[in-house]
Amino acid sequence: MNAKKIVPAKNWGQRAIAVVLIAIVALLIYMVATSRHISWSTIPQYIFDETILDGIRLTILFTVLSMVISIVAGAILATMRLSSNPVLLGFSSLYIWFFRGTPLLVQIIFWFNIQLFIPSIDIGIFQIDTNVIVTAFVAALLALSLNEAAYMAEIIRGGLLAVDGGQGEAAKALGYTPAQAMLRIIFPQALRVIIPPIGNQTISMLKTTSLVSVVAAQDLLTRAQNIYARNFLIIELLIVASIWYLVMTTIASCIQYAIEQRLGRSAKQPPAVWKAALRLMRAEGRNG
Amino acid sequence: MSDRSKQSASVVVEAIDVHKSFGTLDVLKGINLTVRKGEVVCLLGPSGSGKSTFLRCINHLETMTSGRIVVDGQLIGYHERGDELLEMSGKELAVQRRDIGMVFQRFNLFAHQDVLTNISQAPILNRGKSRDQAVARAKQLMKMVDLEGREGAYPYQLSGGQQQRVAIARALAMEPKLMLFDEPTSALDPELVGEVLSVMRKLADEGMTMIVVTHEMSFARDVADRVVFMDQGVVVEEGTARDVIDNPQQERTRAFLRRMH
Repeated sequence: MNAKKIVPAKNWGQRAIAVVLIAIVALLIYMVATSRHISWSTIPQYIFDETILDGIRLTILFTVLSMVISIVAGAILATMRLSSNPVLLGFSSLYIWFFRGTPLLVQIIFWFNIQLFIPSIDIGIFQIDTNVIVTAFVAALLALSLNEAAYMAEIIRGGLLAVDGGQGEAAKALGYTPAQAMLRIIFPQALRVIIPPIGNQTISMLKTTSLVSVVAAQDLLTRAQNIYARNFLIIELLIVASIWYLVMTTIASCIQYAIEQRLGRSAKQPPAVWKAALRLMRAEGRNG
Repeated sequence: MSDRSKQSASVVVEAIDVHKSFGTLDVLKGINLTVRKGEVVCLLGPSGSGKSTFLRCINHLETMTSGRIVVDGQLIGYHERGDELLEMSGKELAVQRRDIGMVFQRFNLFAHQDVLTNISQAPILNRGKSRDQAVARAKQLMKMVDLEGREGAYPYQLSGGQQQRVAIARALAMEPKLMLFDEPTSALDPELVGEVLSVMRKLADEGMTMIVVTHEMSFARDVADRVVFMDQGVVVEEGTARDVIDNPQQERTRAFLRRMH
């Protein structure tokens, strides 16, 4: 009888900000939608344009190849960085310092212009013009892979360090060779820590590949630029490219989410290691 | 095995003048120890006395500064060339370690593998066992450590005592000639210590050669053929459990035992 309705406190400040935000977004949409300078009808016509689709294929190819190369190179660099040999350790540290410390854009332009100081590659009696080998495609792929390898090395090193030292000792004591211990005991456990940040890096790489358009490497952005150079539909083609980048990163995010759910569900790991994985993921998000 | 037959049995471990230093800190200052087939030797001593370090030298998990350790006739960890001892490669060390089982304080079961894989993988990889053989043997061993039916469990699903018993089974699956125990009950809750010790007792009764670093005085008194008391990197006193634990001759041993009770 006496039960009175409970009214939660109203946060007037937040409500006011929400109203302002809605107004701003509505205004922006109105401005873009009614702009006479954007010809909306041309967008659907370019979305499935053969040139654009070719560009998407190349962007995916760049992403996949550079991720594969950088994971392999990163694993090697990480192992070197964890070794006790000062030369291996020094090389790996220097590599990571250099490739993380210079802008990727500079590295792309550098590889594209490498023939300026290495005009030809001599192998025995064979002499090949550097430009024949280092095409825009090769220059772009080299730059993306070598740069990404530096980040990957740190991700993999973090994963290897997150595995308890007792695991390697137990493997040794059971007579596992160093290679067996690494491949069967340490690496599978490090993988749980390594996979989430690799997912982040892959999503990031889908967008980063657009930088190779500066050397006209024929990725999605290069193709869009090529088209608008002829018909001046600049904003329209940038919208087309953005739609495709959003589609690709959304799909990649879904795949990453599915993989992480699976890793979390099987939970064959004591909670401590899983916590370390999440910690590392957050740390990688900051510098990635 | 009777005490007399153990005295004449073949030597399994012979450590001669083992020294170890970390920088300027001398951890082992000339340890000598002979262990015969079927003997159970307990290493006692305060923490920091070097007993764990010495144990880890026996399978070369720790390198020594000088001295030599021979297990079953083989010089451990080094090739003898003239007057030099050349350290072996990782692969060669792996071959030697297959005959020496080790149980760790913190169990160190492989966290990503179920119990069956933990026990059966090493014999398949490194003893040339077929999968069926290795699995059958693993099940036998699980029965021996009283964990029949838990083959599908992952380490994190087991209590500390259960994990340590699996770790013992895992080491035994390689059919070692010698078992090393590095404080096997120190990381366990008090009520779980007994189940691990009873497995070790069973193993001793079956004639396994064992070197045990422990703080469990009653285990040492009941099971050990010989007790070695170490302090500050040297063997202070050595003898039967009755001699060393119940009637210590050295003041350092007495002081340690007083603290333990």
